[in-house]
Amino acid sequence: MINATLKALSQQLAAKAVSSEELAGLYLDRIAALNPTLNAFISVDRDKTLAEARAADALRAAGQAGPLTGVPIAHKDIFCQQGWKTSCGSKMLDNFVSPYDAHVIEQCRAAGLVTLGRTNMDEFAMGSSNENSFYGPVKNPWDLAAIPGGSSGGSAAAVAARLAPIATGTDTGGSIRQPASHCGVTGIKPTYGVVSRYGMVAYASSLDQGGPLAQTAEDCALLLNVMAGFDQRDSTSLERAKEDYSRDLNAPLSGLKIGLPREYFAEGLSADVAGVVDGAIAELKKLGAEVVEISLPNTQLSIPAYYVIAPAEASTNLSRYDGVRYGHRAAEYKDLVDMYEKTRAEGFGAEVKRRIMVGTYVLSHGYYDAYYLKAQKIRRLIANDFKAAFEQCDVILGPVAPTAAFNIGEKSDDPVQMYLSDIYTLSVNLAGLPGMSVPAGFAANGRPVGLQIIGNYFGEAKMLNVAHQFQQATDWHQKAPAL
Amino acid sequence: MKWEVVIGIEVHVQLNTASKIFSGASTAFGAAPNTQASAVELAFPGVLPVLNRAVVDKAIRLGLALDATINQKNVFARKNYFYPDLPKGYQISQMELPIVEHGKLKILVGEEEKVIGVTRAHMEEDAGKSLHEDFQGLSGIDLNRAGTPLLEVVSEPDMRSVDEALAYVKALYTLVTWLGICDGNMQEGSFRMDVNVSVRPEGQKEFGTRREIKNLNSFRFLEQAAKYEIQWQIDTLEDGGKVQQATVLFDPDSGETRMMRSKEDAHDYRYFPDPDLLPVCIDSAQIEAIRAEMPELPGAMQARFVAEFGVSGYDAGLLTGSRALAAYFETVAKVSGQGKLAANWVNGEIAARLNRDGKEIGDCPIDAARLSGLIARIADGTLSSKLAKQVFEAMWDSELSADAIIERDGLKQVSDVGAIEKMVDEAIAANPKAVEEFRAGKEKALNALAGQVMKASKGKANPAQVQEILKHKLA
Repeated sequence: MINATLKALSQQLAAKAVSSEELAGLYLDRIAALNPTLNAFISVDRDKTLAEARAADALRAAGQAGPLTGVPIAHKDIFCQQGWKTSCGSKMLDNFVSPYDAHVIEQCRAAGLVTLGRTNMDEFAMGSSNENSFYGPVKNPWDLAAIPGGSSGGSAAAVAARLAPIATGTDTGGSIRQPASHCGVTGIKPTYGVVSRYGMVAYASSLDQGGPLAQTAEDCALLLNVMAGFDQRDSTSLERAKEDYSRDLNAPLSGLKIGLPREYFAEGLSADVAGVVDGAIAELKKLGAEVVEISLPNTQLSIPAYYVIAPAEASTNLSRYDGVRYGHRAAEYKDLVDMYEKTRAEGFGAEVKRRIMVGTYVLSHGYYDAYYLKAQKIRRLIANDFKAAFEQCDVILGPVAPTAAFNIGEKSDDPVQMYLSDIYTLSVNLAGLPGMSVPAGFAANGRPVGLQIIGNYFGEAKMLNVAHQFQQATDWHQKAPAL
Repeated sequence: MKWEVVIGIEVHVQLNTASKIFSGASTAFGAAPNTQASAVELAFPGVLPVLNRAVVDKAIRLGLALDATINQKNVFARKNYFYPDLPKGYQISQMELPIVEHGKLKILVGEEEKVIGVTRAHMEEDAGKSLHEDFQGLSGIDLNRAGTPLLEVVSEPDMRSVDEALAYVKALYTLVTWLGICDGNMQEGSFRMDVNVSVRPEGQKEFGTRREIKNLNSFRFLEQAAKYEIQWQIDTLEDGGKVQQATVLFDPDSGETRMMRSKEDAHDYRYFPDPDLLPVCIDSAQIEAIRAEMPELPGAMQARFVAEFGVSGYDAGLLTGSRALAAYFETVAKVSGQGKLAANWVNGEIAARLNRDGKEIGDCPIDAARLSGLIARIADGTLSSKLAKQVFEAMWDSELSADAIIERDGLKQVSDVGAIEKMVDEAIAANPKAVEEFRAGKEKALNALAGQVMKASKGKANPAQVQEILKHKLA
């Protein structure tokens, strides 16, 4: 049961082979047993979860259940959820219980999903290793010495360790895809604007996008169906007809054109990861896909562009955490400025402070044109690269990260090394494109490696089709860590 | 040395939308603290702004009235600074691409017309209020005002005197209330002015260093503050000192301006386009639809009053002080058929009485129809101007028509020749000395005789007829 997919669970619930309450209890027990080791959850509330599960069972008894009613889900601690602490991995919000629901949470509630708890994450989603959480690092279920990736590391680890069948995440520069890759689960970052950002604590507004993590592409499609949708409370939410992301899962791949960007297979890519990606490409060729070499010439520039734009937006998005209305406030201070300084010095961790400093600097008078405007220009060039590439192919394939998960503590003293490992994921956010990570093998040290699929704008169904067909032919996604 | 004054003005015009600029919270004034602050105004984690399109419509209205460029693509930007009544740590405003640019506003100083350039008008949200008096040793924050829509209207430094500055802010005030985009309640902060003042030796081309007087909420304070500031700058320069660029506050109690912060303390606001909001796109059809609904503007109406009713330019300016006043005058002028008399009465007796009672034209006890009735009786000679004032007084305190009061009080002017001749004869008989003086060439003696007749008639004799008959009898 614990290895069942969302699809399988929903069928068993529908067949009344199991109740939502039993199912929630099963996962809660597993969380109680394993979370002290993995640290994947920040908040768990057994009573609240079981109450939700019983409500789901009541709906089913009344004949009002939807297809996913009663399935448990874990939420990244970045989505505001009424009655739950919404900490965003920060001391700053350690005492913040949200008075309202994010759009994503509303949608999940409406679909009848049952909240198992709130998953750990890098503070304010800033990080690629989950070491930047106020609540301590998450351990990779495949190897407790390894990082799970970040920032949605708690969600990826929870799904990998079968502490939850599905989870929500957010991806600003790779924060769903990279932990999915490192933990051997499937995750998708949709086209910017597909999932409402209302109630999702902002890191970098023009890049943030929510999305699902699950064992399979099919489950991701079903959960994305719940999460996506126009929301007038988010001005960047796209007003489009609701679509079924699972509609093309079973389409054959014959004639599919796969673009392989030469810049993604160049220096810096480890042999382990290159081998896994090559193997996946060979598998897809067998399924009828054709391969074309493409170029994304500005890939290298994605790192400096991202590390200007994201901190710039973050530096002002995080100004609201001032100790005045909610969240942490320093215990003692002598005046207003002292209160601000102490509150923010105490409430934020080192990486958050670093990005606030960088962001403040690049927006300063006299530097704005040289940094922020220039980065925005690079952003357009990167989008143009993809536009040209998609004239030659249907999807783009490549690695998610240069290596499998590194060890906890290995890069935490060297932020620039950490930033460089985001090379294959940042461009997708800068261009606003959808991207996903699909389990595709293991490195020599036994740590999972994902394959990245990048789609054209609104190409989620196509990406999921490729991923699903790959998963029909392979069993990487079915491997679970021994715990 | 002769000094020339240079003034530029920024006005924060509060727009009278029902809800806030980026949320559905109410904008009504005076509610209990923080009861009109939604999650958006409180800046909870994860909330997002959504633009209230009514704000855009109102900005376009002002842009059209200022004959300005409406930027069909304009952009909201974040202005970053920390203050407890600014919950997000930034104000959503507009910087590089405001909605309105390159406008102009005509002002009248005395009989002289001048055009003041309006650099730009941009949309932004208001901040909340810090309450320092209500809590001992603590400050309170009221976020009801946070998110109230503002248009910041920035003039060119085109004004050369305090009178011009006053004429500009009054003309702008008239315009925004005329257009119905602002309730005009200055005490509640609906129209707040920042005045940039500098002085330079007459004939010098470069501007002097300016100081900005912040947050004036009455025309009287603006006048006092600007006059004080100008004299302070001149005194400073004449004493060999230098004016440093600074922001100052006006203290109405002392009548002085005092420094708030110097240029060195100026914030770096780190403006950048707000990634939570898309650029505001305005299509031409929207602009044309708003143009089609625009009321006749004060300037056009002034010209029409001069042409149609023969009133002076000065009177037309006063009559178009508000839309209600202009409508009142126009009704009186049309119903009575007496444009000039109507202008004299509206700008004279009516204005004086309203002013005395602290009332607006909308509360005038004499409506346009009743005033028209009074003016008709003046025009047809029934009432002398003296009697008319007597009738006016009675009308102010009752709901009776002019005719009813004339009837009740027997105030009809006597124009019956026989009756006047009789009174003239009696006056001549009773005042031989005056008659003698007149005949000796002393014209003034006639007025004494006329006065006697008017007195005998209790003021009701037609004065023109009295004069005529007197002259005839003494000839």
